Amino acid sequence: MHGTEIALSARGVRLEYMDRATRVSMLAIERMDLDIHEGEFVAIVGPSGCGKTTFLKIVDGLLPVTDGEIVVGSGGHGRDHAMVFQDSSLFPWYSVLDNVAYGLVCQGVGKREAQDRARPYIDMVGLSGFQSKFPYQLSGGMQQRANLARALTVDPELLLMDEPFASLDAQTRELMQAELLRICAAAGKTVLFITHQIDEAIFLADRVIVMSARPGRILADIDIELSRPRELSVKRTAPFTAYEDQVWKLIASQLPALGPQRAAA
Amino acid sequence: MTAATGTMRPVRHPSLRRRRSPLARWYRRHERAVLGIVGITAFLLFWELGSRAGVIDAFFFSRPTGILEAAVAEVQLPRFWNDVRVSAFEFFGGFIIAVGLGVPLGLLLGWYRRLSYLVDPWLNLFNSLPRLALLPIIVLWLGLGTEAKLATVFLGAFFSIVIPTVQGVRTVDRRLLDVATSFGASQRRIFTSVVLPATVPFIVTGIRLGIGRALIGVVLAEIYAQTEGLGVMIDRSADTLQAGRMFFGILIFVAAGVISVQGLRRIEESFQRWRPAQEES
Repeated sequence: MHGTEIALSARGVRLEYMDRATRVSMLAIERMDLDIHEGEFVAIVGPSGCGKTTFLKIVDGLLPVTDGEIVVGSGGHGRDHAMVFQDSSLFPWYSVLDNVAYGLVCQGVGKREAQDRARPYIDMVGLSGFQSKFPYQLSGGMQQRANLARALTVDPELLLMDEPFASLDAQTRELMQAELLRICAAAGKTVLFITHQIDEAIFLADRVIVMSARPGRILADIDIELSRPRELSVKRTAPFTAYEDQVWKLIASQLPALGPQRAAA
Repeated sequence: MTAATGTMRPVRHPSLRRRRSPLARWYRRHERAVLGIVGITAFLLFWELGSRAGVIDAFFFSRPTGILEAAVAEVQLPRFWNDVRVSAFEFFGGFIIAVGLGVPLGLLLGWYRRLSYLVDPWLNLFNSLPRLALLPIIVLWLGLGTEAKLATVFLGAFFSIVIPTVQGVRTVDRRLLDVATSFGASQRRIFTSVVLPATVPFIVTGIRLGIGRALIGVVLAEIYAQTEGLGVMIDRSADTLQAGRMFFGILIFVAAGVISVQGLRRIEESFQRWRPAQEES
């Protein structure tokens, strides 16, 4: 199912930064070694503040690494990566169509052509008929559909997703998870997905990476052997809850309020 | 999955609705305008009747019909139209220069932090300085002519345009800048697709403040220089105890301010289609 090509390779990635208030050097990410194969869906979960979003920003090139190496992509046809941001990251002054076409316009594609190439992705994420709406006229779920379409339009090899459903209500979130699987299957993308929802990570991913509390490092790399295509009902099966328990115990061991002894119970 | 609508209005049950007369319904729809007009009319009526009854001294306070009479007499004088022309030129001239220099400078200072460190002390100094204090020196340098008045109007409006513009650029949502960077936008595109649209509401606020300050500048410079213009007309009317004529002059400034701000609102609306409809204030 997955290619042998490596879509993302991180070696010894480390990030230190200077805390502006205290002037103390902080270690955000201690060490990340991670390979993602083409076509794989990898989710990273971890306690809040563990550096998972920071890692994603490093992969996206928004932050420089202190040490280590990151190689993205293998030189395919489209852009090597694109990011689906958290909520309210659409440009409020652009219509849905202009937002979705934005990545292409940035690459120097003419506005008209960019819009033509954006339209199929608007249809793919289920926003047909909403292309001339402004973001404020869309619900949270629809905004995130547009956000996904914006990243898909540049045809990236690797799709980076930064807690894209975190601010949605529980029902919309589940719906969007199922939609995302449908869209990814259709578009055939490699995905690196950041979340703090354990069930979301297991439901979506082929591999779940569990990160430690800050400074971040990888605690576990768990293969999720649930068959695809997955229905939302898989969340209520025994194998699924077993994965949930496994991940939750790892994360709970990192939470100071709980401590390792209660997590083991 | 439905689109979120901008504004929603509660719909009354038909049985409740039917009881209202057409007049009452018309009133409810225009309540704001109606009450505003009632407020102004009541005041004018009180003024007029009070003046005629001798409760208000017409000699100092005139009255609405007195102002109207003064206006009719005034508009027949060539000197009046010269004053209008002079004041309008000073206002628009000084104001346009202030916008033309203030907006680009504000954008630059907001975007380039080092440049703003360099200029900030001057900006703060001029902004906290009562610019009235500069009037004598402006006249000393530029004389009593048009240049001095343009400079006064410019100084009045300039800082109220620069400062909000700088603020606007600096408060651009970091996340949106990240999005643009992430998609590989050039510096130029980041500026035109993120910084500029995000700053427009701030620029408009600055320009709105600037209109008021520019009008103050016109009156101030004219009264100080005592050569020509509507400011001189107001001042002379007061000196010669022509209250009606004085109020007419003041009303012209009021009208200029209101019309400019309304015109600006029109422009603003065409820029701001992407914002949810706001209650007019």
